Amino acid sequence: MEISRHWRLNQQRYGLVGEVCPHCATKIFPPRDICPACGQEAKTSFAFSGRGEVFSFSTIYEAPTGFDETAPYTVALVKLEEGPLVTAQLTDLGETQPAIGMPVEMVTRRLRSDGDERGMLIYGYKFRPVLQGAM
Amino acid sequence: MMDIIIAGIGQTPVGEHWDTSLRSLALQAIQAAIQDSGGLKPQALFVGNMLAANLSRQAHLGALLADYVGLTGIEAETVEAGGASGGAAIRQGYLAVASGQVDVALVVGVEKFTDVIGPDLEGALATQTDADYESIHGLTLTAQAALVACRYMHENLVPADGLAGFPLTAHANGAGNKFAMFRKAISLDAYQKAESVSVPLNIFDIAPNADGAAALVLTRREFLPKDFPHPVVRLAASTIAADTFALTERSDLLRFVAAQSSVDQAFQKTGITRQQVDLFEFYDAFSIFAALSLEAAGFAQRGEGWKMASEGSIELTGQLPCATLGGLKARGNPGGATGVYQAVEAAAQLRGQAGTNQISGAHYALIQCLGGPASIAVTHILEKLA
Repeated sequence: MEISRHWRLNQQRYGLVGEVCPHCATKIFPPRDICPACGQEAKTSFAFSGRGEVFSFSTIYEAPTGFDETAPYTVALVKLEEGPLVTAQLTDLGETQPAIGMPVEMVTRRLRSDGDERGMLIYGYKFRPVLQGAM
Repeated sequence: MMDIIIAGIGQTPVGEHWDTSLRSLALQAIQAAIQDSGGLKPQALFVGNMLAANLSRQAHLGALLADYVGLTGIEAETVEAGGASGGAAIRQGYLAVASGQVDVALVVGVEKFTDVIGPDLEGALATQTDADYESIHGLTLTAQAALVACRYMHENLVPADGLAGFPLTAHANGAGNKFAMFRKAISLDAYQKAESVSVPLNIFDIAPNADGAAALVLTRREFLPKDFPHPVVRLAASTIAADTFALTERSDLLRFVAAQSSVDQAFQKTGITRQQVDLFEFYDAFSIFAALSLEAAGFAQRGEGWKMASEGSIELTGQLPCATLGGLKARGNPGGATGVYQAVEAAAQLRGQAGTNQISGAHYALIQCLGGPASIAVTHILEKLA
């Protein structure tokens, strides 16, 4: 069931909580406690806005277990407006073709099921196109 | 300087070996390599493997294989570095022999993919990505490559079929390798019409995961049998470097820093130059990786690696022959065995045993395997000694 493995990531999955480096102000996601920019300790929590744009994307047709029922689906590297890249699925695309530079915002969605019939459902961040006029 | 000699080479055909187990594949390659070495007796066994614990429910391959091939009593362990496991195992063999602790080392790379098929195989492969931040979002190894390719093609204005030269070259070369999984050339038309797997990559941009085992016997020159029948090939350089694990941590998505670093070190340590390299066995698990590897190794400018394939520079008769016996794309990609296949093929080229695919007069071969999107890169230079 791997409950603890997912539970301990709740803040990241639901709140996009990373860190900000107190020394050089670099915003860090996912949290890693050591600033990748300056190498110093960085444990100050920072909640990202969830806004960003598509940096790269791919639509997946051959999916792993837990994702095969929803294939094809689109994953992206999203460049958050605070700086970091994050890997996530794009959702609510409708007829919209994903494109590099497309503005997106975070939403909470089901990521995958745990496989067997009564398995754990795992929720977390995905990104959808920013609605027209909402910017 | 001490010469670490590739005394023996062995390999199984790459393919779907439904009737052959992991251990039987390893045995075939090991027996072939020991016989090729003139019967040298190994004192240590280094096993390159990526996914046996997951795919075959079998871990602890060092002891398993030492026992199965009749070598109980020797040192034996598994080396895992993702898709670069085979190259990392060669490096451990190299270090063991170079240190003087071991006189004859046996290296085997083995992977048994076909014990699992479909979504479970994709899931097993996805364990090579970041479990907390990549595979939980449905990312696969192929999708990682596709994300890199999407950005590469965008920034460098690469046409939709711009990467076709890589699989076309690989398949043309695979035709001349009896151990290759695919032995038939493909056409540009077939590439252009191929079905998409992970946009923008189609089935021809992705090397097939398949079963196989390859083995090397490494030793120092003084231990070569007196009647050693082959031209002598040494491992002139052995280097390994790590980059960020997840793609999202990279300051430059389109630069394989570990690949560049390991190649630069290999050239620096040996004094061998890029211009001296007669062939390059790159890691074309995905055609985009081949393009970025050419750039990382300094054979192409940033953003222009793909042109070397479309212009024919990597063909057997080109300026820098690559994937000379089919590469991962046509020979097949047997996971942790792949890096050892590259060494076997490069050694065959330098010995003059590459048949219709022989690069005439080859003295130096550069080989490189990658784990993940070059999160690890292992580079070796093979040299034919006079």
